[in-house]
Amino acid sequence: MLTKRIIACLDVRGGRVVKGVQFVDIVDAGDPAELAHRHAEQGADEVVLLDITATHEGRGTLLETVRRAAAKLFVPFTVGGGVRTADDAAAVFDAGADKISINSAAIARPQLIGEIGASFGAQAVIVAIDARRGTKGVDDAEVFVSGGRKPTGLRVVEWAREAESRGAGEILLTSMDTDGMRDGFDCELTAAVSEAVQIPVIASGGAGSAAHFADVFGRGKADAALAASIFHFGVTSSRDLKAQLASVGVSVRLPC
Amino acid sequence: MIVVIDYKAGNLVSVVKALHYLDARDVVVTQSPEAVLGADKVVLPGVGHFQATQLLADLGLTEAVRESIVKGAWFLGICVGLQWLFEGSTEAPGTPGLGTLAGMCEHFPVLYKDVELKSPHVGWNSLEQIRPNSRLLRGVADGSFVYFTHSWRAPVVQATAAVTNYGGAFTAAAERENVMGVQFHPEKSAAVGLQVFKNFVEL
Repeated sequence: MLTKRIIACLDVRGGRVVKGVQFVDIVDAGDPAELAHRHAEQGADEVVLLDITATHEGRGTLLETVRRAAAKLFVPFTVGGGVRTADDAAAVFDAGADKISINSAAIARPQLIGEIGASFGAQAVIVAIDARRGTKGVDDAEVFVSGGRKPTGLRVVEWAREAESRGAGEILLTSMDTDGMRDGFDCELTAAVSEAVQIPVIASGGAGSAAHFADVFGRGKADAALAASIFHFGVTSSRDLKAQLASVGVSVRLPC
Repeated sequence: MIVVIDYKAGNLVSVVKALHYLDARDVVVTQSPEAVLGADKVVLPGVGHFQATQLLADLGLTEAVRESIVKGAWFLGICVGLQWLFEGSTEAPGTPGLGTLAGMCEHFPVLYKDVELKSPHVGWNSLEQIRPNSRLLRGVADGSFVYFTHSWRAPVVQATAAVTNYGGAFTAAAERENVMGVQFHPEKSAAVGLQVFKNFVEL
């Protein structure tokens, strides 16, 4: 049976893993390569590394960090941040990434989704969407870019559909409203996107307990869920989290 | 010598990395038919479109692989590399596969038992009905989880060594004498995947 995935996320800035609260406050949480390996050993189904400062500072992705992190990582490894062209993506794949996550660059030039997919396969392209609810809630939730700094005027569900039609392999949906609050995912928004597309949806933003994951896999119809700060500070490991999820009937990869 | 065929479909980095991690010696990435003919093991990785395998025919690699299999070299196809062992795929009807295994690869159904089936099939799913005498899956228990990412799938045939269920059963691993293939990605399947590679390296 296809299991629900637990994805460990490393937000990287200046070569260090950090974690923000609602995209702003930053706390140092360690070395990316070391943390990537630790997450895999502790049962994460995938590891994602997001260079959260790459876009607005105009830097390329930290290829050396990617290379070091990928060296002994035998679970899927996604890298995001600073990929603007198919050539940028090629360098990241060459450094050892299995998938790349694009956000601002896909909004700026949606053809990029198909261009990367043409060379590396649709499965290698994740379109990341940073979303914030509007006054009407889920219905007018808006897409933000540049690390949550710029509103785009795009509706979340519409952009998810377009990303799919342009050849995205997965959607990584981050709720800026719930991110870093450890108070639960935005299940309504996740469900709205998951129902609108055929491709898998990864929920992100707000993980604070196993119950939150069970909720987003159930009510939120997510195929995978991403968490960062919940692990970094020793709250739990993926293995513990999955054991708790299995006990309430969620299908997960165990043993792992 | 293990040759890993480079046909510009996805990246080979992970596969080569895993082989090196297992201390496999003489791993060569190549597009050369001569290198394929000189190898005792051939790995055909691949993610992406079945159409990409057209390059194998164009470079003379299809014939080289066919000949190397006849000569008894071990062959391992991964993902599209497994699908290529079949007659072809509806993903690229004009591009024939090697045809060592009978049948066509097809897209996952849109509906399964009246429920919408998401596609691609992405994530960790279990290996079932593992053939007890499989050399490739030696030491891998029924129900072990491996990582998949694909939208087309191979039918269950006599050579099937393990199935996975998603919208019905499909071939997760095939094995007939020296010809082997896996739909999942052993290079991305943690300890279970490394066990599969180790089995292949130690053949």
